Amino acid sequence: MRAMVYRGPYRIRVEEKPIPKIEHPNDAIVRVTRAAICGSDLHLYHGMMPDTRVGSTFGHEFIGVVHEVGPSVQNLAVGDRVMVPFNIYCGTCYFCAKGLYSNCHNVNPNATAVGGIYGYSHTCGGYDGGQAEYVRVPLADVGPSIIPDWLHEEDALMMTDALATGYFGAQLGDIVEGDTVVVFGAGPVGLFAAQSAWLMGAGRVIVIDHLDYRLEKAREFAFAETISFTDVNDIVLELKKQTDWLGADVIIDAVGAEADGNVIQHVSAAKLKLQGGSPVALNWAIDSARKGGTISVMGAYGPLFSAVKFGDAMNKGLTIRTNQAPAKRQWPRLLEHIQAGRLVPRDVITHRIPLEYVAEGYHLFSAKLDGCIKTVITTEP
Amino acid sequence: MPYIASEHTHPSSDELRARIPGWGADLDPADRPSVPRERSDLASGAHWVIPEQQPELRRRERSVEHGMLPPVFGTAQPLHGISGLIRGAAYKRFSEAQTAHWLLLILGDRVDVIGSRARSTVRGRPDNPIRETGVLSEIGRHPIGSRFGRGRADVKHSWLDPVIVLGPVSVLALVLVARRRR
Repeated sequence: MRAMVYRGPYRIRVEEKPIPKIEHPNDAIVRVTRAAICGSDLHLYHGMMPDTRVGSTFGHEFIGVVHEVGPSVQNLAVGDRVMVPFNIYCGTCYFCAKGLYSNCHNVNPNATAVGGIYGYSHTCGGYDGGQAEYVRVPLADVGPSIIPDWLHEEDALMMTDALATGYFGAQLGDIVEGDTVVVFGAGPVGLFAAQSAWLMGAGRVIVIDHLDYRLEKAREFAFAETISFTDVNDIVLELKKQTDWLGADVIIDAVGAEADGNVIQHVSAAKLKLQGGSPVALNWAIDSARKGGTISVMGAYGPLFSAVKFGDAMNKGLTIRTNQAPAKRQWPRLLEHIQAGRLVPRDVITHRIPLEYVAEGYHLFSAKLDGCIKTVITTEP
Repeated sequence: MPYIASEHTHPSSDELRARIPGWGADLDPADRPSVPRERSDLASGAHWVIPEQQPELRRRERSVEHGMLPPVFGTAQPLHGISGLIRGAAYKRFSEAQTAHWLLLILGDRVDVIGSRARSTVRGRPDNPIRETGVLSEIGRHPIGSRFGRGRADVKHSWLDPVIVLGPVSVLALVLVARRRR
């Protein structure tokens, strides 16, 4: 089969690999029809995630058709069209029993701090991902769901991570009616978080980024107010001015490890790998939240330390809430929102690229060319 | 004006409901699937107490913070070569709390890249930096207009990217130049 293969930082190519085999009785093999490149895939692509091995196939956002099932699989059959949450989880361990599916303890030998994620380095379990023609889907009776006939396949694809994560991020903000919500990052997760904040009754939603075309999208798609942090001297001061000098009630960090806006932080983290991630957006979040406010961190950071302004967080009595989203828990309600027309997630997709051109897809997404917001990889016409 | 106890200024709920599709649909926390975040009444689809153990067909490295090999694991790129020794040492000797654990893994990553490029060349399929970096996607995609005159913060340091991409080659070139001068 053809698969995207990592060759080192900023380098990938398409190679022939064997079709994955059933390795556990509850495995399924899924023939991938659509995959997406996630903003967090760029952390792998840029060589930021420890134990990203040459030969890895990335891709934790994908949908497809069940090609083969292991002997203990009961809930899926060959030929089913499925969407697969980015989390790999067992459903019964100490953490899964509490609904913390993204924190499963039974699927990742390499680390205890993170669960299993498709195509996201050996630090996340050593599974190949879905930017390929086929992918191994472990514990197939708990992860994948059959795609409803009425659901557009690209909406299903967005549900596997980006939409679920943005929606989950807004929930962690504990938004109450009238709250002022600031979202750092106008990528797909930030756009979905902004939309979700409205669903939860926000009074104002302000999206921050430096890419003008993404801010335009935030205004059109998420009905948000926007600020480019390069248009103001001090984004924290600007946000204080715009929030009656109090600060925002809820801040959502939808940027993560490669945050820009401070050259030293960005270069030390994203280029020199001396930090687990550039905490620029997180520090801005801490400083622009109101006292007693809540910060929801959806941006992904690596396992090394980062220079976070924790003193300010402590003195302001902030609540910082984090986690990888348990994607599948969000699906029933998200399906209702999509069916009711309240959300049209596929509208964030800007580029569709055949698997053969996956290197070009990564480059244009990484370099933010051509108005790129979300790239989908197609494995079939 | 002194600070007083008042809500943030914002449009009325009626105004927002009229303007924003779906505004307030999840106003009630009961409609939010991850509120509360921890719930024990969810049906996951699992029909086991503990998943069956996946066979360990070749020795699988694991964090020392795991008391045992978890029942399910990835087998995508087994440890091999010098990078495998480095990564193996990171897993065997240091917990995830130790910086050395992560730094060794990053070192293993870089050694892996160098080794794999050498192997690829020997096997007759050398790496193609033009194709693998995807720079050809610049053609026809407004490489200048997308980057300049638009207030992008990243243009200040994006010149570093090629240095990183060509890093190993650059180091080799510097070594060769230094040797010649001697």
